[in-house]
Parts: sequence; C-alpha cells; structure tokens
Amino acid sequence: MTEYRQQQIHFAKYLKLGISYSTLIILSLIFMTPLLWLLSSSLHNLDSIFAVPYQWIPDKLHWDNYQTAMTIIPLGRYFLNTSFITVTVIIGTVLSSSLAAYGFARLNFKGRKVLFSLCIATMLLPGQITMIPLYVMFAKLGWVDTYFPLIVPAFLGSPFYIFLLRQFFLSIPYEYDEAALLDGASRLRIFWSIILPMARPAVATVVVFSFVGVWNDFFNPLIYINSIEKATLTLGLNMLKTQIIGSGVTQWHVMMAASVLVLIPNIVVFFLAQRHFMKGINVGGLRG
Amino acid sequence: MKISISDRAKRNIEGYLFISPWLIGFVFLSAGPIVFSLFMSGTRWSLLSAPQWIGMENYHTLLFDDPLFYTSLWNTAYYVFFSVPLGMLLSLLLAILLNQRLRGISIFRTIFFLPSVTNMVAVSILWMWIFNPEFGLLNRALEWFGIAGPLWLQSETWSKPALILMSLWGVGGGMIINLAALQGIPEELYEAASLDGAKSWRRLFHITLPMISPALFFNLIMNIIGSFQVFTQALVMTASSGQGSEGGPNNSTLFFVLYLYKKAFQQFKMGYASSLAWVLFIIILLFTLIQFLLSQRWVYYQTDERLK
Repeated sequence: MTEYRQQQIHFAKYLKLGISYSTLIILSLIFMTPLLWLLSSSLHNLDSIFAVPYQWIPDKLHWDNYQTAMTIIPLGRYFLNTSFITVTVIIGTVLSSSLAAYGFARLNFKGRKVLFSLCIATMLLPGQITMIPLYVMFAKLGWVDTYFPLIVPAFLGSPFYIFLLRQFFLSIPYEYDEAALLDGASRLRIFWSIILPMARPAVATVVVFSFVGVWNDFFNPLIYINSIEKATLTLGLNMLKTQIIGSGVTQWHVMMAASVLVLIPNIVVFFLAQRHFMKGINVGGLRG
Repeated sequence: MKISISDRAKRNIEGYLFISPWLIGFVFLSAGPIVFSLFMSGTRWSLLSAPQWIGMENYHTLLFDDPLFYTSLWNTAYYVFFSVPLGMLLSLLLAILLNQRLRGISIFRTIFFLPSVTNMVAVSILWMWIFNPEFGLLNRALEWFGIAGPLWLQSETWSKPALILMSLWGVGGGMIINLAALQGIPEELYEAASLDGAKSWRRLFHITLPMISPALFFNLIMNIIGSFQVFTQALVMTASSGQGSEGGPNNSTLFFVLYLYKKAFQQFKMGYASSLAWVLFIIILLFTLIQFLLSQRWVYYQTDERLK
C-alpha cells in the first residue's frame, strides 16, 4: 500500500517536471525565434531571403550585408555620437542625482519633506506635457540641432534615480557621517569619499538604467537633431529604414544587418549587467 | 549641545546646495513647463509668429471638430485593452514557470528577459520584416500549419493586433517583478496549506496571487501608463510613404501620442498639441485613480507586525 502510494508520488513528480520543462522549452523557442530570424535574415542576399521554403542557414553567408549597411548610413560615426551622449548623460545623472539624494537623505533643512514629495510627484507626470514647452524653450535658446537638449537635463537630477539613491543612502548608518564630521570633514567630502563609494551597488544600478534609457532613446534625438552627421544610432537606423523602404525593392537583409549592429551593444551590456537589471527593476517595483 | 542660529542657517544652506541641481531642474524642466503648457494649450502658435490667445478653442475643436482625435483615442484604447491584460497574464505565467528549482532555469529567465531591454527602433524594424505578408516569419509559420496569414501591418483590421502581439515579446520586465514577488513568499505558507490538503489551484488563488498582488498592481499601473503612450513602434513601422504617412493604413495605427507628435513636430501646431497632452494627462490620471480605488478590493498588503 505505502509502496504503491510512493510510486504514485514519484510518478506525479516526474510528470510535473516533464510538463514544466516542455512548457519552458516551447515558450523559450518562441521567444528566441525572432532574434534567430534577425540574425539569419542578415546573412541572406536579395534572392535567397525570399526563397520558399526559407533556409535558416543560407548556403553562402553574406557578411557583406554588414558593410553595405555601413555605407548607407555612417554607423561608426553614429556609434561615437551615441557613446558621447550616453557617457555624458550618465556622468551628469549620477552626479546630480546622488548630490540631491544625499541632501534629501542626510541633511535636515527647512522644507525638505515638501520638496521631496514634489520630487516624487514629478515622476508621475507624463513626458508629453513638458515636451512641447521644453522644445519651445530649447528652440529659443538656439539649442535645436545641438546635443544640449539631450545632455543638459541629465545634470539637473532625475526624480527616479534620486529616489533610488536616497533609499540606499538611508540604509547606511549615520554614524559614518557623525564620525567624519567630528574629524572636521565637510559634507561634500563625506558625500564624495564615504557615502558615494559605499553606495556603489546603487550607483551601478543607476548607471545601467540610464545607459539603457539614453542609448535607446529615440524620441529626443528625433525632435531635436536635424543634421544627418549628428544623428544617433536609433535615429540613423530609422533613416536607413526610410531610405530602403522608399527605394523600390526592400533590402530586408541589409536592414536586418544594420539592426544587428545596433543591437550588439545592447546585448553585450545586458549580459555584463544582468544582475543590476534585475535589482534595479525590483527597487523600482514595490516589494511585498 | 545647543544648536545656534548660525548652525541652523548653515545646515539649510548646505541642504539647498546639495539639492540645487534638482531644484533648478524642477523649476526649469518640470514646474515651469507645466504652467507654460497650460498657457500654450489656450493659444494658436506655430513658433514662427507670436502666440495668439484663443482661450478654450483648442479643447472645443478636439472635442467637437476633430474626428482624428477620436480615431486616435479609439486606437489607443483598443491597444491598451488588449496588450495590458494579455501582457499581465503572460508575464505571470512565465514568472510562475520560472519560480521552480530546476536545472538551467537562469537560461530560460535570460531568454524571456532579453527582448524587453533591447532597442525599440531595431526591434520595430525586425518585426516589420516578421509581419511581412509574403515572406515574413509569421506568415511563413502560419502557412506551415496551412493557414493563410493576414496582411498584418498593411491591413486596417490586423495592424493593431500585430502591434499587440509584438508587445507581448517585451513582457520580460513585468515577469522579473512578478518573479521577485513570488520568491518573497514564505515557504511555510505553502507547507501549512499542503498539510491542510489544499490542491495546487487553490494554493494559486488563495496564497500565490494574494501574496504577489502588490507586484501585479504595480505592473498593471505601469503597463497602463506605458501602453497609453505607445509611440516608437507606431512611428517606425507604419510609415508607408515617408514622413507624414505614419499611423496607417487608413489611420488604424494613429495612436494618441503619435497624433500629438504629428501635430506638434510635423504640422507645428504647438498650442493644439499642448491641449492634446493635457487630455492625455487627464485620461491617464483618471485610469490610475480608478485602479487605485479598485485595488482596495484585490491588492493585499502584508503589514509587518513590528510596525503595528
């Protein structure tokens, strides 16, 4: 009797394991297929890509599609443009947001609570409200078709990151500040030499998140950048698409090659920083 | 130790110095633009000449004289109504599947998560090709099953379902939030339940879902807000004949923010576009408030005993 029951339990366990694995495998195949299709299409040529049935691995691998893509748009140049904007924005975001976060977490000044609530409230405001007045403002400053509208706001703090860093600073014991103050250190020095280094995990999360935000930003370059040579990767990729779609026969293989090139940095950073992505998402999300 | 007046002044000055970057940003990038946007929504303004004050006329026009306003509202509602619940379900299913102690589970997690942190323009171009009626991946696959696939992005009926389908590929972010919540459920709860003889579906509805309801609620709010603002994929994927033609075919993918963008940055109707932005703000605010009210019925917050 007990033996029969045990067998039953064993059987149920393996059945459950089998169902779990097969569901996971089927779903992950579905999730992976678009990326595999992207890679595969990027190595076809104009004839083989339209063949029926489709050959996942073409007889001849057309790596030259990647060169063709780079002659249609200067991807190398756009890579440098985007890198410059991204690095500057990350520096600005980390500096300004961590300064403000330190102020909100550590210094007891008048109006702190009200101002912090205001800071949180601006997170809820949809960007569509401010984007038109900001465009008008930057246009009046003569900043259209420069990188200033993309970069300067980063140096003026970002509510989400201020919130994230403040939460982390609050978890660092105040005794560190007190001890340093007794030793005669200034607040700025305490912030820079003690608190900020201790907050490295939170800073890393901010870096990763702002990288993703800026590197993939499409909207701001779209409305502010007009010159072809100043474009970013996303803007350039969209230009390439417009050009190819408008040219008669659609060279999907070239578009796919360009897309692969644009996605490579994303995927590299994803694998380098997967841990931080998950953590950041969970700080952003409410827990329990 | 007494705190002298000069100490207090010093503390205030220090505090304001530290938050000054944000404070300047708040004035010039948030508060100022909000006020200015309200003013703009009452003007006719193309940036080339001085703004002309017309009071409530923009709001009157969009409510009574602009069929495209309602088209874009309908398209957006359609998109939100399907992509949010479907995305919620899929991200929950994936999270539950991943919340098991299985060999190789982190590989599956990576596969599901990766598409959500890639580049929307590149992804949009990829999906344009997937949706290609003759040679795209999707219709080739459907044909394999003997189904003649629709025209997808070139069909008025199928363009929105296509974009909804594509949005499901990016549910990884929500999935991770759900997964973290699932991993936070104490094992004892399940042990107690299985001692009481609770079946697995009862455990799902009486333990798992209530325990992760705050995460589900967070996802719901973020998804609703995000879906109302759907833009990039519509702009990239639906321009059939160059600038100005985005949102086709026959305006079937003219979503609210795309319409706003076209008014502001293609037609330079800055005043009208501002009034559209305020309508969007009010709609999102209403939806969020309704969700917060409804949440009292289904979201369960565990209160820490120590805080009582």
